[in-house]
Amino acid sequence: MPEKLHIKLNVNGKSEEFLAEPRELLIHTLRERLRVTGPHIGCDSSHCGACTVTLNGKSVKSCTMFIGQANGAEITTIEGLGTPDALHVLQESFREHHGLQCGFCTPGMITRAAKLLEENPSPSEEEVRFGMAGNICRCTGYQNIVKSILAAASEMNAAKEAAE
Amino acid sequence: MKDDVELTREDRVANLKGMGCARKRVEDARFTQGKGNYIDDINLPGMLHGDFVRSPYAHAKVLSINTEAAMALDGVIAVLTAKDLEPLSLHWMPTLAGDKQMVLADGKVLFQGQEVAFVVATDRYIAADAVELVEVEYEDLPVITDPFEALKSDIVLREDLAGQTSGAHGPRKHHNHIFTWEVGDEEATNQVMDEAEVVAEETMYYHRTHPCPLETCGSVASMDKVNGKLTVYGTFQAPHVVRTVASLLSGIEEHNIRVISPDIGGGFGNKVGVYPGYVCSIVASIVTGVPVKWVEDRMENLMSTAFARDYWMKGRISATKDGKITGLHCHVTADHGAFDACADPTKFPAGFMSVCTGSYDIPVAYLGVDGVYTNKAPGGVSYRCSFRVTEAVYFIERMIEVLAIELNMDAAELRRINFIGKDQFPYQSALGWEYDSGDYHTAWDKALKAVDYEGLRREQSERVTAFKQGETRSLMGIGLAFFTEIVGAGPVKNCDILGMGMFDSCEIRIHPTGSAIARLGTISQGQGHATTFAQILASEIGIPADSITIEEGDTDTAPYGLGTYGSRSTPVAGAATAMAGRKIRAKAQMIAAYLLEVHDDDVEFDVDRFVVKGAPERFKTMAEVAYAAYNQAIPGIEPGLEAVSYYDPPNMTYPFGAYVCVMDIDVDTGVPTIRRFYALDDCGTRINPMVIEGQIHGGLTEALAVALGQEIAYDDMGNVKTGTLMDFFLPTAWEVPNYETDHTVTPSPHHPIGAKGVGESPHVGGVPCFSNAVMDAFRAFGLRHSNMPHDHWRIWQTAQDLGLHK
Ligand code: FES
Ligand code: FES
Repeated sequence: MPEKLHIKLNVNGKSEEFLAEPRELLIHTLRERLRVTGPHIGCDSSHCGACTVTLNGKSVKSCTMFIGQANGAEITTIEGLGTPDALHVLQESFREHHGLQCGFCTPGMITRAAKLLEENPSPSEEEVRFGMAGNICRCTGYQNIVKSILAAASEMNAAKEAAE
Repeated sequence: MKDDVELTREDRVANLKGMGCARKRVEDARFTQGKGNYIDDINLPGMLHGDFVRSPYAHAKVLSINTEAAMALDGVIAVLTAKDLEPLSLHWMPTLAGDKQMVLADGKVLFQGQEVAFVVATDRYIAADAVELVEVEYEDLPVITDPFEALKSDIVLREDLAGQTSGAHGPRKHHNHIFTWEVGDEEATNQVMDEAEVVAEETMYYHRTHPCPLETCGSVASMDKVNGKLTVYGTFQAPHVVRTVASLLSGIEEHNIRVISPDIGGGFGNKVGVYPGYVCSIVASIVTGVPVKWVEDRMENLMSTAFARDYWMKGRISATKDGKITGLHCHVTADHGAFDACADPTKFPAGFMSVCTGSYDIPVAYLGVDGVYTNKAPGGVSYRCSFRVTEAVYFIERMIEVLAIELNMDAAELRRINFIGKDQFPYQSALGWEYDSGDYHTAWDKALKAVDYEGLRREQSERVTAFKQGETRSLMGIGLAFFTEIVGAGPVKNCDILGMGMFDSCEIRIHPTGSAIARLGTISQGQGHATTFAQILASEIGIPADSITIEEGDTDTAPYGLGTYGSRSTPVAGAATAMAGRKIRAKAQMIAAYLLEVHDDDVEFDVDRFVVKGAPERFKTMAEVAYAAYNQAIPGIEPGLEAVSYYDPPNMTYPFGAYVCVMDIDVDTGVPTIRRFYALDDCGTRINPMVIEGQIHGGLTEALAVALGQEIAYDDMGNVKTGTLMDFFLPTAWEVPNYETDHTVTPSPHHPIGAKGVGESPHVGGVPCFSNAVMDAFRAFGLRHSNMPHDHWRIWQTAQDLGLHK
């Protein structure tokens, strides 16, 4: 058995500290060790994006990262994006525009979309489609996901303008 | 509880959020916040993890299995093999198709990825390590992956069936043959063909693919030895059937088994079957006395649990010179893999393939299907369709195109002159179905007009001219498809699964304060039942949908039902919901009459209340009636307000639709670009237009995948070549177009609310539409047919074969 690593993480604003085998995958750390079950496993080969989290400001597929590589990281999952009383605009928007069906891809989709809109607050439809191409949905055919993201972008921009 | 402000009738209807309303989904709150509860989220105290040792060979003898090293690993609790299951008679299990399947390899393996041993350990990493430590000695055998070769070969794939000349569906012609299924009149059909003015023939291969929902299959079994109760959580599209099967197999009485389908991350047919993983997690929990989880990974999913299609279809269609179809002959060689694990109603070994006369008035027809064993994964399931309807519709929509080529006729016109007329419904098809309702001409005309069909054809021929003159390297394809589905299985007299009649159910309880809970025998996998069934009920009983909880998937609380697949939820359970609602209304009416001090017949239901006829100011709302049902003694009426309905549909429903796809194809790279996709669907009465549209988008995207690249491919050694999402095509947002949706409404005459079901239509109609578009682009250059999937390489190859490359 390889030596265990001393890991420190910040997940959704909460500090976590534990010993783990270096081979532990970040998705399992989140889901099994920390019981943060929003991110899902759809493929374990980096293709589907169901496991997407934000790690140190970047969208990362947590199924393909060893916990050793994530040491010291700041991680946000779907659970850290909004609260039941204060949802993220995207969480509202996906519901409003029917951007989900079975919901299995949704946490990864919304987490990725939130990052995308940070990187590019006013994307074109084409930019949304390209920027979301790492996340697979088997149910919706994407049309309403794209719609949800574009609607959220305008809403967020309008709110920003109003605040300025 | 009279309304404070007098609401208009319109307001009262709107408040209900009933049928026809684009109600937002109640499921979404938990899914958008990461609070779904899927199988892998279930974590019981002390739970162990199971993992499979799988066969690397497609066909081999298993000489020995040595589990010593694995057992010696710290954290490994058990390693099960067929020997351990044999005393319980669980080393084999029955399939839904009347065959049997090895749970764990019993002396040999028959497909790559087959389950050989089941390791149980304290965590999933240790289980995976232990899988590597199990030593299995194989002696490889010759592999057969081609069904035609299988039927000629001396090699016996299923030695367990040696000498059995008859199977679940009649005589077997060869040791690798499963069944022959015939419908229609072959002699009469052949005679029509012999005498016909025109006969078109074609052979097509509908390739093997996989439903591949984003969540894979899994289960968590928990045997409580103190109380003798077994609880099984799992990705089950039919939880009650699983309970009955689990009881029959394990000998545990059915009342001691509770099956729960939690949130399901998509099904599309993948989660109908019963898989060795489910059985092994149950046995392991019984053996160890603690909960055991099994969740397959994506590669296991693509290699072992379910596949779809794999039909070799040979057709002949005859017509008069001016295009009137006179007969249809179809023969299918069906590759079922190593075990016949088809998920079809018992009497239909090729599902509803016999709906292959499609939307056309064809007087004589014949269908013959031969099922065959090969060294491939067992199945097959219906991937987003009602039991082989996708195959049937693909077949007829290709035969129509081929006939159009033969006749040198426009394919849209050929369809039009052969449609079943509106006044011919209910229509008796040559292969024995009674189509309930339809208006095909109206739908077709609307679709062709919407896309300016004639304009498209003009543009296409200009493009061909330009191509020939060297001005462009791009061709244009116009894909047409008109489909009729057959869904909502089904009348109990015709349809059963493992002997269980395919009815469905709904139980409603109205609470004293006027809200309600309804439980159904179905289970949503993303279709939004909690939203839409509440809408049906709201319209039936006058309680707002927002005040109705819909619950499914727990066999301890839900009434017995046959589950969700084959678009049967709305046609069957939706009908049960309406019928149970009507029972509630009937009792409520008596209570209201008592409260209003009039005769039962003198009150009538109006939106959300019972009104005294001719005196609209005198009424009791449903909420007031509910309260009275619980707090007042009413002579001759039992307290409470509950109802249950088990609905056995008199017939299936026949949704239909007209699709058009416009595609540009780069001849030199083989890349198709979808310029436009128009989908007109008629699913009868529409419950929630938002949900319907979402279903159409999703089904079309799965159709795009199947037509343009998605495939489970094998090499000659029986190795799966497409076992990860690297090779198995799932389209992303980047490859998928925006779809235009449209509709007509032709209610089902026999369904209580006229609804027909919609979830699978876009897949059924979409596949031939995309595929026809590709082939239509090359029609001017002499292409008759090329097999799917039309990936870039195959399209390029088609262009190459036609001599279109410089
Ligand atoms: S599970 Fe990580 S990309 Fe699919
Ligand atoms: S909603 Fe089911 S996979 Fe996206």
